[in-house]
Amino acid sequence: MITAEKSSIDRTVAPKIIDAVDLDLHLKPYSKYILKNGTEVYAIDAGAEEVMMVEVVYYAGDWYEENRLVAAATNFMLKNGTTKKSAFQINEHFEYYGSYLSRACYNETSTITLHTLTKHIDKLLPVVREMLTDSIFPEEELAVYKKIMQQRLSVNLLKCDFVAQRTIDAYVYGEEHPYGRISRLEDFDALKREQLVEFYKNYYLDGKFITFIAGKLPQNLEQLLNQNFGDLSNKKPEAVNYSIRPASEKKQRLINDANGVQGAIRIARHFPNRHHPDFLKIQVLNSLFGGFFGSRLMTNIREDKGYTYGIHSYIQNHIQQTAWLVSTEAGRDVCEAAIKEVYLEMKRLREEVVDEDELLLVRNYMMGSILGDLDGPFHIISRWKNIILNDLDEKYFYNSINTIKTITAEELKQLAEKYLQPEEFYELVVI
Amino acid sequence: MIQFQRFRLANGLTVIVHEDSSTPMAVVDVMYDVGARDEDPNKTGFAHLFEHLMFGGSLHVEAYDEPLQMAGGENNAYTTNDLTNYYIQLPAENIETAFWLESDRMLSLAFSEKSLDVQRKVVCEEFKEHYINKPYGEVWHKLRELAYEVHPYRWMTIGKELSHVENAKLEEVKNFFFRFYRPVNAILVVAGSVKLEQIKRLAEKWFGDIAPGEKYSRNLPKEPPQQKGRKMEIKADVPLDALYKCWHIASRLDKRYYVADLITDILSGGGSTRLYQSLVKEKKLFSNIECYHFGSLDNGLLAIEGKLVKGVKMEDAEDAIDQELDKIKNELVSETELTKVKNKTESTIAFEDMSVMNRANSLAYYELLGDAELMNQELEKYNVVTTEDVRNEARKIFREENSNTLYYYSNN
Repeated sequence: MITAEKSSIDRTVAPKIIDAVDLDLHLKPYSKYILKNGTEVYAIDAGAEEVMMVEVVYYAGDWYEENRLVAAATNFMLKNGTTKKSAFQINEHFEYYGSYLSRACYNETSTITLHTLTKHIDKLLPVVREMLTDSIFPEEELAVYKKIMQQRLSVNLLKCDFVAQRTIDAYVYGEEHPYGRISRLEDFDALKREQLVEFYKNYYLDGKFITFIAGKLPQNLEQLLNQNFGDLSNKKPEAVNYSIRPASEKKQRLINDANGVQGAIRIARHFPNRHHPDFLKIQVLNSLFGGFFGSRLMTNIREDKGYTYGIHSYIQNHIQQTAWLVSTEAGRDVCEAAIKEVYLEMKRLREEVVDEDELLLVRNYMMGSILGDLDGPFHIISRWKNIILNDLDEKYFYNSINTIKTITAEELKQLAEKYLQPEEFYELVVI
Repeated sequence: MIQFQRFRLANGLTVIVHEDSSTPMAVVDVMYDVGARDEDPNKTGFAHLFEHLMFGGSLHVEAYDEPLQMAGGENNAYTTNDLTNYYIQLPAENIETAFWLESDRMLSLAFSEKSLDVQRKVVCEEFKEHYINKPYGEVWHKLRELAYEVHPYRWMTIGKELSHVENAKLEEVKNFFFRFYRPVNAILVVAGSVKLEQIKRLAEKWFGDIAPGEKYSRNLPKEPPQQKGRKMEIKADVPLDALYKCWHIASRLDKRYYVADLITDILSGGGSTRLYQSLVKEKKLFSNIECYHFGSLDNGLLAIEGKLVKGVKMEDAEDAIDQELDKIKNELVSETELTKVKNKTESTIAFEDMSVMNRANSLAYYELLGDAELMNQELEKYNVVTTEDVRNEARKIFREENSNTLYYYSNN
């Protein structure tokens, strides 16, 4: 058996630290190129491994579709056939070089992302170009896609967390808003090839894209990009406006699975976007509330009560307007008790000024987490991408650091009084 | 090539240092040579529950997370059937905080009733969230029990059943700790913006006086070769029928392991792989199909699982898989196809090695396997695999008597 008495050091005293809040953080600047067609390219050349990523971001998200699922299906099927290559041949080409070509569709944008060893980039970009200029959306490929997606959805619909997330989004934004739109099994039946072809024409062939590049970059990068993307369309689509139509009933309880042993809890309120003066300050209040392992919600509801494996709060990553959410899965019989504790934690933040030790902990945590998150070229470009697509600049990064360092306990209390008002929150449990 | 240096403290603790001055961060990774395979069959889930308790305070440090967060650090941990790993990332200036925290909990935990009580509940919620409240969540509990008769891979890391976790006693927690969580059974990797001499000093200062403990000698029952194919059927409230098959494969250090790994990449994992192209795209029998293995240190399992397209008969789906397996057993894969999966391996390794955290983790893992230097030999072991090796290994793996099959039917 070991004995602590043998220790020659005093283990009760923590080693001296430099408070993370005193670190001087920098966001490595990007290099910017403008291609022949006026397209912006943002690049971070860094890293030790001979790898790189290229991300092409189109203004072709759900925001621009007239019928449900068209934007996502168009984006997905960019990899499913051109006039020269079948879906199999496209996949084989990327996979032969050990590269990953992924695509994703978001609310405002859709992306095509290539990860590859740098030495193979010149063999891969021409096929990315082919997808962006010559996709044909074969009827048979679409049929397979629809069936697979329907089956995947039918599995997801049995999961309380999946149902709760989409339902709370629909409550907050309304089902007709892209942020709250719900895909139903029958929406896949309604998808037609012609809709994809038209969407492709309007938002890819005649659309606008921005390119983000990071990693160990080749010497002739600009030339390669001009060769492959320099003559594509660069026309931003017309703005579309949606209004928010939230649910009239704020508190709801749903039974999705009568035998479920857990309930998915979502509690959410509207919140303005990144341009609002409170936005950066709220990030600090959110960290304190439920944004990290040492937060109030986690400490109380997981580490003290054991009601859940995890509970988090966060601001959704939306561009136009957004929401502040609390999210957890808790034991079926303790869901209501957990919700009560969430409101209690809001009340504490409204009524008590946070003490300086706890606030310093939050500041240090946030700074450490940003520092850790600036590790490597892919992380750096992803921060820049967020800044650029939200129409912000590097001041946003430095303001956010400054806010973390200087916000006062009193300000946090005022913000809690302003935003953590229970009657503003939509509340949902799905079992 | 990942450069590193290694030394051992008098108490048996192995320390590996990987210097990388390009990052402002440091990573401290502690790997303990204990996993779910080392548990008592009547007290499963213990290694993982224990991982949770490691955050409940140690002898001189009441709370683990707070001082670390104060120093701008983040940490996490995971438990597998083979090992338990704890890792911290923090600004390099504050690295001593990580030494202080990790050494104090290696010295001794606080063993508080309250922490045990709460973490039992937390782990039970984790169990429910992932394995009870999810469609198909129970599958691997059943398949492991089907495929293994004696080896402790019979149960999952989370445990065989909730009651094992619910009944865990503080006395058992203590015994477990002093048996496994000793310097002789641990590997410490420090990576990032650090220097060898600095780490030697810190390691000696903080870990040097911890009693070595007794080297754990693992003596697990060896799974006898399976003699006869096994089948199981389950009906459940899921929307789609699903088919699962798995076969025993070689252990992690066997060169056959690398062939099996490449076989999974030939069969699935991309839009140009065999099972996806033939069974999802052409024959339209499955809505998804995957082939994978668990990377287990002892003899592991290679699995194929897929969800059937509505209306497809289970037997027809299985026949179609068998036809693909016959192909890989009877015909040599082309050089191009083999090059493709080797290229994929090369690129996967390069991407993994981008982060200091992954490099530290890999060094600890290969040291646990016997030598951290194995990390740098990995790619070569894949590159020497030939098309004949693939065919011969496929013949060894995909035998009826080596197979375990689960028909998972939808009630709907």
